[in-house]
Amino acid sequence: MKILVGYKRVVDYNVRIQVKPDGSGVVSEGVKLSPNPFDEIALEEALRLREQGVASEVVIVAIGAADLQAHLRNGLAMGANRAIHVSTSDAVQPLTAARVLLKLVEKERPGLVIVGKQAIDDDSNQTGQMLAALWDRPQATFASKVEIGADKARVTREVDAGLETLEVDLPAVITTDLRLNEPRFIKLPDIMKAKSKPIEVLELASLGVSSGDHLKTTHYAPPPKRGKGVMVKNVADLVAALKNKGLV
Amino acid sequence: MNKILIVAEHQDGKLNPATARCVSCALKIGGEIEVLVLAAAPDAIARAAAALDGVTRVRSAANPANAHALAAVLAPQVIAAAADFTHVLAPSTTFGKDLMPRVAALLGVAQVSDLMQVEDAHRFVRPIYAGNALITVQAPGDQIVVATVRTASWPEAKAGAAHAPIENLALDVALPAHTRFVALQSGKSDRPDLQSASRVVSGGRALGSAENFQIIYALADKLGAAVGASRAAVDAGYVPSDMQVGQTGKIIAPALYVAIGISGAIQHLTGIKDAGTIVAINKDAEAPIFEVADFGLVGDLFKLVPELQQALG
Ligand SMILES: Cc1cc2nc3c(=O)[nH]c(=O)nc-3n(C[C@@H](O)[C@H](O)[C@H](O)COP(=O)(O)OP(=O)(O)OC[C@H]3O[C@@H](n4cnc5c(N)ncnc54)[C@H](O)[C@@H]3O)c2cc1C
Ligand SMILES: Cc1cc2nc3c(=O)[nH]c(=O)nc-3n(C[C@H](O)[C@H](O)[C@H](O)COP(=O)(O)OP(=O)(O)OC[C@H]3O[C@@H](n4cnc5c(N)ncnc54)[C@H](O)[C@@H]3O)c2cc1C
Repeated sequence: MKILVGYKRVVDYNVRIQVKPDGSGVVSEGVKLSPNPFDEIALEEALRLREQGVASEVVIVAIGAADLQAHLRNGLAMGANRAIHVSTSDAVQPLTAARVLLKLVEKERPGLVIVGKQAIDDDSNQTGQMLAALWDRPQATFASKVEIGADKARVTREVDAGLETLEVDLPAVITTDLRLNEPRFIKLPDIMKAKSKPIEVLELASLGVSSGDHLKTTHYAPPPKRGKGVMVKNVADLVAALKNKGLV
Repeated sequence: MNKILIVAEHQDGKLNPATARCVSCALKIGGEIEVLVLAAAPDAIARAAAALDGVTRVRSAANPANAHALAAVLAPQVIAAAADFTHVLAPSTTFGKDLMPRVAALLGVAQVSDLMQVEDAHRFVRPIYAGNALITVQAPGDQIVVATVRTASWPEAKAGAAHAPIENLALDVALPAHTRFVALQSGKSDRPDLQSASRVVSGGRALGSAENFQIIYALADKLGAAVGASRAAVDAGYVPSDMQVGQTGKIIAPALYVAIGISGAIQHLTGIKDAGTIVAINKDAEAPIFEVADFGLVGDLFKLVPELQQALG
């Protein structure tokens, strides 16, 4: 079985993003970029399934700017067999990403697609579900445990009410939550090995998908700031302050 | 005129309060507001929805296949019911996040996630980058709007005396059998629900173990509060995952939030930005949580928390 993995590059989770004063966007010059943490979890899961003999090949996909090669090399160094770079200079919204992934699914015929539950830049939490819909296949979102059987998967999901277990027929789309696994660290020899692994580059337009914006972002604003509070000296003062506000 | 369809979220035969928050958002958009109840036994849920102020009609579809909220099963029914609507909304809970992108993709439209504010019927404010930027997005005016509602941004619509009419729907659509519910393991307790509680006490990595976390539960019970946690506390196994508060957990807006032994990483703060009053207890006076806390107390939680519990009488 082949596994296709979404492997998006995002602003690193440690960066405190700043909105430009004129509201035209966020400051992206010089900020650290990293693989989306949920996609590292997706790739790790795929690699483990390959190591267990469940999967035979792991293919990572990134959709985005021309300079994604170094980013994809990270995923190859982590252990993916090969990479596909769908190149576009436009910002890719989830519906477009899902349509692109569907084209790749039709071409690659994977038994499983694993993507992150959300990309931590846009926080949309949509792409996996949209791909499953367009592909007319099952989705198991927010996965914290995945067991693959003959032609089905049993997936435990982190839902608001607790942990839900679903059984889905394969092929299917799984989206990862934080507790699914802990991604491995990349070792130096793996970086060397990754240099010879193939990266296929496809122009987004050549897939017959338009990257046309569905939603237009017209303005960016910083979030309202909370007023600075006060430090209290001891528990008695804290209780008095809360009583004063009618909170206890 | 806008026609807004809200997909009801429910659990154990009860309407989830997140649905009433969607009604408030729909009132801001303006127009006719209908609620769609997809359930195995929808009657009590439909009645609760019909009582919400602002709801003009409830559409109720009984089907044993709707016993569990499976996105692949619900999505085609939502689409069949939404035919002449301008907007379809659901809460931005794991229920809505799972379902609505599937609905949007089948309709061939984008989805707007996490509506915080409504500028007009097609212009909305939503957070990105863990809430560090708020963007105004414009959805196409000639397409149905599919969106999830950030529940922490909206009050619950009140239940009034008037009842909207309830219409039974027979949705004649083929439902897939490729996705099957197996089990729900729910950490049910008598404590208030984290997403709707007016008071929440959360613990972080500093608690050190599941046993030590008991002092958080004890304080919460004293306050009649729900209990939450940081990702670090969940990852370490002190508490179950449904207690995680933050960017990738639950986004909450209680009147009182007490953060104990939590440093205040941006991913955590995203989840509590809309809390009324934030109290932080941390031994490190430089911890970032103090930048957002209304009341901060520096010291050892293992000494201060029992003291606080005592002082609350
Ligand atoms: C600096 C910067 C500026 C931006 N400016 C704009 C702007 O002006 N307008 C605008 O609309 N958007 C803008 N975006 C955001 C836009 O590109 C979003 O990333 C896009 O809308 C997709 O949302 P998402 O990644 O949150 O999707 P999600 O649905 O949260 O993604 C879930 C998963 O899908 C997969 N996936 C999604 N996209 C890709 C991809 N491209 N490649 C590989 N896998 C993928 C991944 O596995 C990911 O974990 C900007 C982003 C950045 C970093
Ligand atoms: C993709 C991604 C998503 C994430 N999503 C979330 C999320 O949704 N929610 C979330 O919470 N985090 C999330 N995180 C993690 C986040 O970045 C932090 O790592 C996490 O919030 C830290 O948890 P903490 O504050 O409990 O632990 P720490 O940062 O270790 O802080 C512990 C605090 O306890 C204090 N302390 C220690 N001992 C005592 C004592 N005896 N008395 C008093 N104080 C004491 C310390 O001074 C310290 O400030 C995410 C991270 C990533 C990468």
